Amino acid sequence: MLKGRGGGFLFQLIALLLAFGFVSLILLSVNASPVDAYKNMFTGSFGSMRKFAEVLVAFVPLLLVTAGLLVTFSSGLWNIGVEGQVVLGAIATTWVFRYFLESSLHPAVIITLAILGGMIGGAIWASFTGLLKVFGGVNEIFGGLGLNFVSTALTIYLIFGPWKRPGVASMSGTVPFPAEFSLSQLAELRISPWALGIALVGIVIVYFILQGTYFGLRLKAVGKNFRAAYLLGIPTWQYSMYSFLICGALAGAAGAMQVAAVYHRLIPSISSGYGYLGLMVAMLINYKAVFAIPVALFFAALNIGSIQLPILMKLDSSLSGVLQGVLVLFVLLAEGARQKFSKKA
Amino acid sequence: MTQETILIGLAGVLASAAPVIFAVLGETLSERAGVINLSMNGTILLSAMGGFAAAYNTDNIVLGFLAGMLIGALVALVVAFASITLKQSQVAVGFVLALTCRDLSYFLGNPYMGEPGPRLQAAPIPVLGEIPILGQLFFRQDAITYLSFISIFLAWLWIFRTRPGLMLQGIGEKPAAAFIRGANVNLMRYVYTVIGGALIGLAGPAYSLAIRAGWMGTISGLDGIGWIALSITIFGGWNPSRAAFGAYLFAFLQWLGLVLQPVFTQVPSQVLQVAPFPLMILTLLLVNIGNAEWVERTLAAMPETTRKILSKALRAMRASPPSALGVPFESE
Repeated sequence: MLKGRGGGFLFQLIALLLAFGFVSLILLSVNASPVDAYKNMFTGSFGSMRKFAEVLVAFVPLLLVTAGLLVTFSSGLWNIGVEGQVVLGAIATTWVFRYFLESSLHPAVIITLAILGGMIGGAIWASFTGLLKVFGGVNEIFGGLGLNFVSTALTIYLIFGPWKRPGVASMSGTVPFPAEFSLSQLAELRISPWALGIALVGIVIVYFILQGTYFGLRLKAVGKNFRAAYLLGIPTWQYSMYSFLICGALAGAAGAMQVAAVYHRLIPSISSGYGYLGLMVAMLINYKAVFAIPVALFFAALNIGSIQLPILMKLDSSLSGVLQGVLVLFVLLAEGARQKFSKKA
Repeated sequence: MTQETILIGLAGVLASAAPVIFAVLGETLSERAGVINLSMNGTILLSAMGGFAAAYNTDNIVLGFLAGMLIGALVALVVAFASITLKQSQVAVGFVLALTCRDLSYFLGNPYMGEPGPRLQAAPIPVLGEIPILGQLFFRQDAITYLSFISIFLAWLWIFRTRPGLMLQGIGEKPAAAFIRGANVNLMRYVYTVIGGALIGLAGPAYSLAIRAGWMGTISGLDGIGWIALSITIFGGWNPSRAAFGAYLFAFLQWLGLVLQPVFTQVPSQVLQVAPFPLMILTLLLVNIGNAEWVERTLAAMPETTRKILSKALRAMRASPPSALGVPFESE
């Protein structure tokens, strides 16, 4: 977002102002006060410790997904399938929990296995997109999108079929797991410090892979110029697969967090759209890991803050999505304008 | 099942494919010119909401359809401006617009949720509508379905049988050559992207004012159709008639899913509704796999007769995108 090169910051600032101006006009068009809307969103996310804890609950999966996407974007891949990889992470985590439901193992061991299971589940699902791309010539955008819809269907099938609640299956999900299967939370707050820690470790690892390793360098070489990287002797298709697997594992971890730290069961909308939102964050930070934490936190705050809008102002909570989208759009346009101006100058 | 119910079902398939036909034709024109309009899923939702709102407020159904087209054209204009003039990634801009327009439709459509509004009525054509079977299938539809039939033919005619259509192919395949021949490549790309966008924008009101009249927000069931239409465009190999076939096949499979529901009672209805997606992946695989290098190598190692049959089958299914798809053009 904050790109230091020649006047880049100025363009970003203009983009930010234009985005808020544009959304304000939309709000005025439905006779709502923009100032009130922004204020309610702010107090809805930062107004109290409890609300801020909710922001962090949304921040955890968003940051993990963004971290994963930074890897696929580095190797030049548009991993739209990340949404389904989150879902499969959640499904795999649920599966591991169910498997050890009667076991005498220590809960900490079971939770660890469940999270690892989620990461493997996400990685396997990502490998489908990768295999379709590498061996089937199917563009990762379409393969990924198709698999996203399949993953949703799979969730619903499991909830209404093999994993249904005794008695009546319902959209409220599977039977909640016993309390010892959840990542411990802070007193009175819903956020688990463990989940937060895992998310932060995820982004730090990705930052070091991309900035400080030979592997990261080759990954970026594949992303910048596939053909040149191939001619240089980098096994390009293996690197494409590695980046799908890493991203899938991180997205799977996000899904595992949704199950182990938030919902404690599998629900139909377990991914909550964090996969798609992560793509927006990655675009907004111009694929640079250093800005991932503040921007993911900001987007999470918008999501949580907008929950207040239907209650307080009778506005639809999709305003947060509009604001996020318009922001990314104007930043992309501003970047284009900057390149055009700097070329002329 | 009686012949009558099957006929009614098939006539319904033709009608319910109409919006997808417009979307696929619009995307085909845009991509033929070299611009991927990835915003389609959001555009359809926003034009469905906007078209319904316009018709609801003016009580004029034609204005509703025009509003939908205008919305589609405007969104496409943003894609064109960002990708042609500012040379930003078409995929990035299109994807952002797909999400933003979807959320915008939910936000702005909030007051119209569940409101009863105008709906396009069936307009049977005299005489033709009386023909047994054919009449019932093709000539007792509404105006927008007739328009979808005509559009397939017109789009095919334009691309393959006219001079400007030939130029359009050139702009997407070899823009430099088209430029030397006197084509203003970037201007034409703008024009085709915006026209294509207007066609995509027609798909929205075709839902909200005809097939699934009304605006139901997140439960409209329209979220996802744009992504399917995008893959049908690829399946169609950027050819209007093959794309239309894909759209009808998709509508037919959805209908089949509905009909088969009582047969597979254990399978939840939500699962049958997504049956088109694995099929979509499979068709994309079939269409693309002929382009993969390892397939060629494997084929080369096979005995003569098997190889001939297999490669013929692959070639029949294969579709290659316009070579300059997604590549910015600079005249200097």
